[in-house]
Amino acid sequence: MSTRFARQTMTSCCPEEKDPFPSSCTYQKAPAGLKADFPIFGGDSSACCGGQTPKPDFPHEKPGYRLWGFVENFLPAPASPVPRVRSQMSREDRRGTLFARLGIGRNSYRIAPGLYAIGAPDAQSPVMVTANYKLSFDFLRFHLTGVNAWILVVNTRGINVWCAAGKGIFSAQEVACRVQAARLVDIVTHRRLVLPQLSATGVSARGVKKLCGFEVVWGPVHAKHIKEFLDKQMKATPDMRRVTFTLRERVELIPVELGHMGKPTLYLVPALFLLSGVGQGIFSVGSAVSRGATVLLAYILAIAAGAVLAPALLPWLPGRAFAVKGAVIGAAAGALLSALFAGQLAWLEMLALTIFIMAASSYLTMNFTGSTPYTSPSGVEKEMRKAIPVQALGALAAVALWVSAGFMGS
Amino acid sequence: MEDFRYLPGATSLVYDKESCVGCGSCAIVCPHGVFVMNEKKAHLVDKDGCMECGACALNCPTEAIRVTPGVGCAAYIISGWIHGKENASCGGEGDCC
Repeated sequence: MSTRFARQTMTSCCPEEKDPFPSSCTYQKAPAGLKADFPIFGGDSSACCGGQTPKPDFPHEKPGYRLWGFVENFLPAPASPVPRVRSQMSREDRRGTLFARLGIGRNSYRIAPGLYAIGAPDAQSPVMVTANYKLSFDFLRFHLTGVNAWILVVNTRGINVWCAAGKGIFSAQEVACRVQAARLVDIVTHRRLVLPQLSATGVSARGVKKLCGFEVVWGPVHAKHIKEFLDKQMKATPDMRRVTFTLRERVELIPVELGHMGKPTLYLVPALFLLSGVGQGIFSVGSAVSRGATVLLAYILAIAAGAVLAPALLPWLPGRAFAVKGAVIGAAAGALLSALFAGQLAWLEMLALTIFIMAASSYLTMNFTGSTPYTSPSGVEKEMRKAIPVQALGALAAVALWVSAGFMGS
Repeated sequence: MEDFRYLPGATSLVYDKESCVGCGSCAIVCPHGVFVMNEKKAHLVDKDGCMECGACALNCPTEAIRVTPGVGCAAYIISGWIHGKENASCGGEGDCC
């Protein structure tokens, strides 16, 4: 049975694991709450010169490290001092969240694993476990205002709870390892850990109990319910146990979806311009530029339809298969383009561009299945086996029609 | 999540009710309410709601539940078709979730 606790690490579409210290528990990293210091221009160099008053000493400063803004002070503890963190969002947090949402530095937005404290926890206080992706930690911390608790951050290599659990990184071993490293048995008298429900994909509660003696209580899916959960003596209502996929949650995923478009765009756009130049005179630079600009607009519309509108409008688009949803919104975008260029484009060109937008949008929307919390991999594969040949045929037909239209001199 | 339904009849979830010891773990960990506890047995009430996350199977003490967990991302599946499931990856920066 124990092999079931040691689930093989799954490769997945989640952020790549970039951990310079793969052996999670044996390596002594920077104490929790400190990050490596990378001074750019030595901002404090004028502190003792130029007649300015020297700043008071910072007792928690360490050479080579910089304190995270969310750390208020440190509590003494058997293993190492425990950083006591704030529950308020600071400008530093807000900026970090924005960058992570935009995909900038998202793969290294991590905090040191280990034990943290919030409020004034004691030996009876609950222990909340979370991932070391800073957004996961922040969501929990922001919802613990007025709560006295311990926060045990496990090393998920900077990946969020659900993805890390899916990869098998957020595992029973990792939790047990952190419990031991923090010497939790000497800090709390109870033997209970509150884990986020979504970590159950990678954590076996029995495994945790067996490995470190702590019982797992499955907390709510969303951090926003954590206080209510604690108030109800750690009982979750059915609502707390369900994932959601609200408009806001879907829109937050759009920038990362768009980020995936960079590389394909580099190859596709020159190809589209080249195809647009093919015509009666074999190749015309003028046509390549003028017709190419129209195709570029069609490409932008396809991205807008498949990677922006389809995720946002997901529940309202017809069909269950994402490829169908994408094709429908793509057809609407194609109709819009045709209406905008009525009189300037031949009907063959309008048809070619509409089919192109539909195929591209359908493919892009199908890719969004990897970001939703309700599509099963078996279902996605089933859908793809049917959709990809149709999308490929559509793209080929669009190219054939577009090049034919070029030969007709329209 | 009632607004969101994916393809019916696709999940790899298999449940052997005879092996259920009624611990209730599956009903707790499932984020889609696929299992419901009734009379000390788990009941599979919404099989098509399963997204194959694998939480139920991992936390079932008697292996009464089996499911093939995986990644529902198109790029990953295409990579699996080309390079084999063992070597599949999302390619690029690989940060779609």
